[in-house]
This record gives sequence, C-alpha cells and structure tokens, in this order.
Amino acid sequence: MTDSRARILGRIRTALAGTERTTPAPAEPIARDYRDSHTDTGLVELLAHNLADYRARVHHATETDLPDLIARLLGSRGAHTLVVPPGLPDGWLPTAAGLRAVRGTDLSAAELDAMSSVLTGCAVAVAETGTIVLDGGPGQGRRMLTLVPDHHICVVRTPDQVVASVPQALRRLDPRRPQTWISGPSATSDIELDRVEGVHGPRALDVVLLVPPGGA
Amino acid sequence: MSAVPLGMPSFPDAAREATRNPTLRRNLRHATHTIRDRRAAAVAELDDWAELRAAGAAIKDRTLRHLDTYLEQAEAAVVAAGGHVHWAADAAEANRIVTDLVRATGETEVVKVKSMATQEIGLNEALAEAGITAYETDLAELIVQLGDDRPSHILVPAIHRNRTEIRDIFRDAMGEWGIPAPDGMSDDPRELAEAARLHLREKFLRAKVGVSGANFLVAETGTLVVVESEGNGRMCLTLPETLISVVGIEKVVPTWRDLEVFLQLLPRSSTAERMNPYTSTWTGVTDGDGPRAFHLVLLDNGRTSILADEVGRQTLRCIRCSACLNVCPVYERAGGHAYGSVYPGPIGAILTPQLRGTGSAVDASLPYASTLCGACYDVCPVAIDIPEVLVHLREKVTAQRGHVIERSALRAAAWAMRDPKRYTALQRAAAAGTRALHPRRLPLPGWGKAWTDTRDLPAVPKESFRTWWQRRDTSGGTK
Amino acid sequence: MRVGLFLTCVNDTLYPRTGQATVALLERLGCDVDFPLAQTCCGQMHWNTGYGRQVEPMVRGFAETFAGYDAVVTPSGSCGAMIRDNHPRAAARSGDAALADAVAAVVPKVHELSEFLVDVLGVTDVGAYFPHRVAYHPTCHSLRLMRLGDRPTALLRNVRGLELVDLPGAEECCGFGGTFAVKNPDVSAAMGADKIRNAEAAGAEVLCAADNSCLMHLGGMLTRRQGAVRTLHLAEILAATEADPGGLTWAGVRNGARG
Repeated sequence: MTDSRARILGRIRTALAGTERTTPAPAEPIARDYRDSHTDTGLVELLAHNLADYRARVHHATETDLPDLIARLLGSRGAHTLVVPPGLPDGWLPTAAGLRAVRGTDLSAAELDAMSSVLTGCAVAVAETGTIVLDGGPGQGRRMLTLVPDHHICVVRTPDQVVASVPQALRRLDPRRPQTWISGPSATSDIELDRVEGVHGPRALDVVLLVPPGGA
Repeated sequence: MSAVPLGMPSFPDAAREATRNPTLRRNLRHATHTIRDRRAAAVAELDDWAELRAAGAAIKDRTLRHLDTYLEQAEAAVVAAGGHVHWAADAAEANRIVTDLVRATGETEVVKVKSMATQEIGLNEALAEAGITAYETDLAELIVQLGDDRPSHILVPAIHRNRTEIRDIFRDAMGEWGIPAPDGMSDDPRELAEAARLHLREKFLRAKVGVSGANFLVAETGTLVVVESEGNGRMCLTLPETLISVVGIEKVVPTWRDLEVFLQLLPRSSTAERMNPYTSTWTGVTDGDGPRAFHLVLLDNGRTSILADEVGRQTLRCIRCSACLNVCPVYERAGGHAYGSVYPGPIGAILTPQLRGTGSAVDASLPYASTLCGACYDVCPVAIDIPEVLVHLREKVTAQRGHVIERSALRAAAWAMRDPKRYTALQRAAAAGTRALHPRRLPLPGWGKAWTDTRDLPAVPKESFRTWWQRRDTSGGTK
Repeated sequence: MRVGLFLTCVNDTLYPRTGQATVALLERLGCDVDFPLAQTCCGQMHWNTGYGRQVEPMVRGFAETFAGYDAVVTPSGSCGAMIRDNHPRAAARSGDAALADAVAAVVPKVHELSEFLVDVLGVTDVGAYFPHRVAYHPTCHSLRLMRLGDRPTALLRNVRGLELVDLPGAEECCGFGGTFAVKNPDVSAAMGADKIRNAEAAGAEVLCAADNSCLMHLGGMLTRRQGAVRTLHLAEILAATEADPGGLTWAGVRNGARG
C-alpha cells in the first residue's frame, strides 16, 4: 500500500516533469467569469416553479397554518405514522387523531421502512435549480430518515433559507457535514433516456414554503 | 484497465453488425435524440455556459498540473475526518484491496452504486471469484446484470435495450437474484421502476457493505460527492456499516467552492436537468449518521501515463457526463458495444486506447471511430478537444508496425503534393486511368471497394481546373 | 482586391465546375482572381489520418504560394479549417520559426467562400438566380470549425427563384469524414443514408453544401440509389444568373470575353 502510494506519486511527478508548475498550486489563478447567480428577484416564486417542474408538490403556509396543512398532506396519502428528526419545532406537528409521530433518533432502516412519512426542515434551498439541501442540522436528522420512508415533507423557511444559485448555496454549507441535495422526488432516465419519477428514494416529495408572519 | 474482451473484433467489424440491427438502431436513435434536445435546452438556460465551461476546464487543468499535491492534501483530509485511504496502482491491486476490505467485514454481499471506475477494473468479477456477490443497484446496471449483458453507455448502460426487452429481462431473471418481478408486469417504465424498487429494497435494508465511486473528491476538505437520480446511491452510501469508494485519481478538485462550477456543468450535460434528483456529499465518517467505516481507494490504472502525454492529458478532465455519446452520430449507429470497453462513444475512443494502449485490433481502430465532426467537442462541458486527441492518437497508431500499404500510399501522395509538377502529373494519370475504366464499383478489397460498396465514384471530368485555367490564361482574352 | 483562389486538390481534380463558378462569381463581384499554379493540397487527409509529420511541405507550399495576395478564398469549409486550425500547429511542430511566421501571416487572410462574400465583400445578395428547391447541409467543418453560422443560408435566401427548405437533422454529420468513409464504410453509409432520407423528406431537388468532399459521398450514394435529389456546391448556385442559369459561360475565357 505504501509502495503504491510512492509509485503513483512518483509517476505523477515524472509525468509532469516537462510541465511548468507554479508553486504553490493555488497561486495559479482560475478565471471565474461565470455568474454568481442568474436571478436576484422573485426567488421564492422561482423556487416554487422549479420544484414543481421536477414533480415536487409545492405548498405555501404560515407557521400557524402549518400543522393543518401537514395533517392534510398526510391524510391525503392515508399516512398513519410520521417520523420526525430531533430539533423539529413542536409547533409544526399536526395533532390529528390516529396519527403517530415518532422521533427518529434510534430507528433502524427496517423500522423506518414501516413508516409512512417523514417531516423535516432544511439547511438551504436553491431557487434556480429547485433544490433543497439537508445537512443533518436541527430539524433535519440523519440522512437515512429522509431516504427510507416513501413520503418526504420538507419545510423551507422563506425568504431566509432561499438562495438564488448553486454558488450561493455552497457558501452557506459546511462540507464537513454530510449533505443531501434533493431536486424533486427520486427519478430515473434509464429506460429509453426518458425521465420517470419514483425509484428508491421517496416517491412523493411535498415542499412547504413557510411564509413569515404577515407575508413575505 | 481490464483487458480487451475476448475475441473482440475491430470497431468497423463490430459496428457493421450494429448497423444491421434495426431494433438496436431504433433504440439508440430514440434515446440519444430525446436527450440531445433536452440537453441543449438545459444548457441554453444559462447565459454564462461558456464561462462555466472555461472555468471547469481551467480548474481541471490546474488540478492535473498539481495532481500530486492535491492527492496528498485529499488523503490527509480524509484521514483527519476518520476515513482510511488506500492507493491502487492498477486494476488488480484495487480489486485486491476491495476484496480484502469486504472479507475483513465477514460479509459475502455488497450493494453497489453505479461506478465507472469499478466497471473499468472489473471489480464485480474479482469479488465473485472471492465468493462475494456484488449487487448492482442502479436501474440500468441492474438491467445489464440481470441480462448478463455488457454496458453500452456511460450514463445509461442499458441504453441499447427498449422497454419491452427490459420487461422480459426482469420477468425472466429477477427471481434468480432475489425478489421476482410482479406477475403481469407491463413494459410501462413506471411499472419497471417499481419492480426494481421492490427487488432492491430488500437488498438495501440488509446490506452491511456498500461500494461506490465518486464524481468528485474535494482535496481541501476530503469530501466525496456522488451525483445520482434514483436514490440507490443514497441507499448504498447511507445504510451500510462499511463504505468503500473506488475513485480515479483524476476525480480530485481543489476546493469546496470548485463544486459550484461542476454541479452546474454536470447535471445539465448529463441528464439534461437543472439539477439531478440527489447529490450526496460526505467527509470521512459522521457519528450517528451513515457508515461507521469509510475506505477511499485511489486508483491510477493508466491515468498517470495519460497525464504524461501533453495532448492526451485533457482526457483526464472528463467528468463522465456522456453528452459526447448522446450527440455522436457514430455512436448512434454503432452502439456502445462496438467500442469494446466500458467507456464507449467519443470519450471512449480517446480514453480506452490511452488506458489500454493500441496493441489490440479494437484499440488500434478506436481513434478512427470518428468522422471528426466535432459535435462531441461542442457539447463537452470541460472542453476536451476530442477530435484533436483522436488525431494525436492516430499518429501513434500509424507509427506502429503494420499500416504498410496505407503509409506508403500516403507518403507517395505527400511526395507528389510537395511539388506542383508531380501533383499535376499524378492528377493527369489518375484522371486518365479512371476515365478509361469508368468504374462504378471496384471489386478489389481495400479503400476502393469500401467506397464503391455503397457509393458511385464521381465522374472524372475531361479537364482539371488547372488545365482549364492555363488554357484560359494563355488564350489572352479571346476565345 | 487581388484574391488568390485556393481551390483544393479535390475540386481541382474532380470538380472544376465549382472552381469555374467561384471564379465567375468573384469576378462578377469585382475581384481580381488568380489561381496560382503552385498550389497543391492543404494536407488535411494526411493530418487527419495520422500522418501529420508528412504535411509540413504542404503547409510550407501553401504559405509561400499565397503570401502575396490581399485575400485567399477557398470553396471548402473543411480545407479552410485545416489551414486555419492545423497549419499553425504543424508549423509550430516543425520547429521552424520562419515557417511559423509565414503561416501566421497568411492564415488571417484565408476565407471560406461564404465568409469572404459576407464578411469581406459585405454582400448577401450576389445577384444569383436558381429556381429550385434547395436544402442546405452545413458540413461539420463549416459549422463547427469555421463557424460559418448563417452566412451560407443568408446568401441562399437572397437567390432569386430559390426555395430554401429546412433539412431535418441538418447539423448531423453526413458520414464522410475523409478516410472514415473507407475505414468505417458501414457506419459512414448508414449516416449518409439518413442524411439523404432527410433531404428527400424535405422535398429538396438539390442538396447544397460548402464542401464537395461531403457531396462526393452523398452524391455517390444518390446516384447509386438513383434518387431524385442531386448535389451541388454552394458556389455553383451563387454563380448562376438569370442570363446564364446553367452556367454555360463560366468555362469561357477571362476578361469579359466569355460570351
């Protein structure tokens, strides 16, 4: 193993022997003439449009309306069990009779497979691409939580959590945290290169755009 | 790279069969044309595409110029985040490392995310020899595995199959590998995807070891990135206790920020989406979230020899998006299998001969598997000048032994073209000869027959332009 | 303007009509056209087949032959691209600084015909007349290397009597590809057949391009199939006039004595 390490690094140095190299490497500048974003206004509307374009179902609610909306979303799927991550605001949870909300801290994958739905927040949402990003922070939970149940409801606080572009999202995120970038429900293009929604990840994705009190 | 498939014919011979298979032609035409137009639309949404493309190429080039530095940096960051790093000089070593790591867990099954690197090294076959079953979990890879088939596309390995063929493969083979296909399953892609979901879910839930590749490895943080659509990647990266990622050394990018370029270039070029459904990033191991052990296997397997070639080096910029396959008119007619490698299409035509050399019939023919039409270069998100590299590789092929007749003929032509008098003499002789014979079909083997099998030769005029010009010039303004 | 015509070896030998049409057209537009007899071949076939080391004398010959002209015009997108993109590479590789300088001096003066008409002469209406349904095939090197863009179609749209029909899949390669046509004959023929089918579906009488080499491949397939479509170089359409729709006078002698 150590031998191969030395061998590969040696081969690289030999291969580059005739190439001019400024040291240290980062001193060689890269022309970044591309845009930081392609839009500055109407980000929440753009996010809603692009989420819907990739077959996520998009809803708007205030914090007060949220429990009822979630109850309706669960009810429409006949969901009886809802898993929630630690740190999710208690006020988001519906109080509907017959619904069981479970804190997902210790559930195994098989146990999660028996759950109908999962409700989380997110770290950031990207308007231009219709993407929500989860980074395991409060109210988001382990990656497994939003993967195994077939129905994911994700709440995005607007406008604070919405950025325009991929470059802006990356700046907000900490690479040391495990991340999942989600753009619509699971999909595949593997049959005749035509897009079909719904394979292994949650087949239904509801995104709730949380409107601050008094409107955005 | 794994060896040339046994009995693999040269590209023209393999392609001949493909051009005569109407189902294959129809499948490929339908799929490539569907994605082609959608890619163009996705790219047209960004008015700074040219700048993103230039930055992508520049980042990759700089990384390659300092590859040793960035790999050492990546290694240190992965280790600092609780991961283990292994270095594999070639396919055999990489396979040995992965096999030993799986054995150490005591498991005899692994679930796999689609990965070109593990296909390149023939990992599944190596694991099978060690008594370990590797389950492919990407839908297209599953189709290939269940159909005992070979991949024919980088992104969609089963692109050569249509929905009906896929239905038949699932119906016939799923039961042998696990949960069988539902009774009465139709060929509706949604039903096929549902069958795959049921078949694989059971494997995901019990898997203890996952094997992946990676789209990017961020040197400064040690972060790995996997870009996917179905969620099988998330399953393999998240549920098992042990994760082993086999990553080509050219996949490294210097900084987290650099992803802002590639996460815009890749999805739009690849699946023609603004963003693919799922992107996973992870750095080492995280308490209480995901695998408890993470192993990174850094793979050379010929990449350093590509690095040593200053023209060929740009090949290592490739981010495996497959846009070049989807626009290639040759790929569309020849199909992926004709390339005799897990890397088909234009990128395969330059990557495979550089990884494997040009010793075999198929590898020596790959640099010629192109009209140099340039469509691949136009769509390449990291601006790999594939035609330039093809021509460069052709020079390497013609420098090898063989090609005696072709080389002599072209040398004679070059000798004639050096001097207008010789050129004119050759022109007259050719014209006289062809006009005297008036051949529409040439029976002799070689270039003449290859031309006239499907095409008439042009009628040779009585007078060349230059003869006419001289006549006109000397006639001094009178007729 | 003193224009050096680089006709290309293929046109010189097999398609003199294209050369005569180019001369007629340029002279009609007031150019002083010369065909230097020292010209031979741009070296494209050698370069693209993997014999790049053999092209240096051709590169040198081209640079010497055309050094003295105000502009060099070639009725071939493909050979134009060879000169523009690869002559500098070949010169650099030779290690001969004088050759590199000579190439660098001549290359900016080299124009493909439609580029010369539109960009240098500033005309899109060349006074042509051609009463036929025409499909334009933008050959790969015209399209992606020379970046001719809409110049050829702008010229065709201004030809009186001409109906320009849309060619489905126009930007796809026809399958010629130089020695590709004989090294990969089956794929080449499959591509050519699709191109012809598209021209037929468009209802074209004439399939036009700025490269006779591609048209040689397509034309060879068309005559073999005895199809209704015929091939014609762009120059031959642009040179046709109401007074002389068949180009009977092109082959005449120079200085206005052609009639």
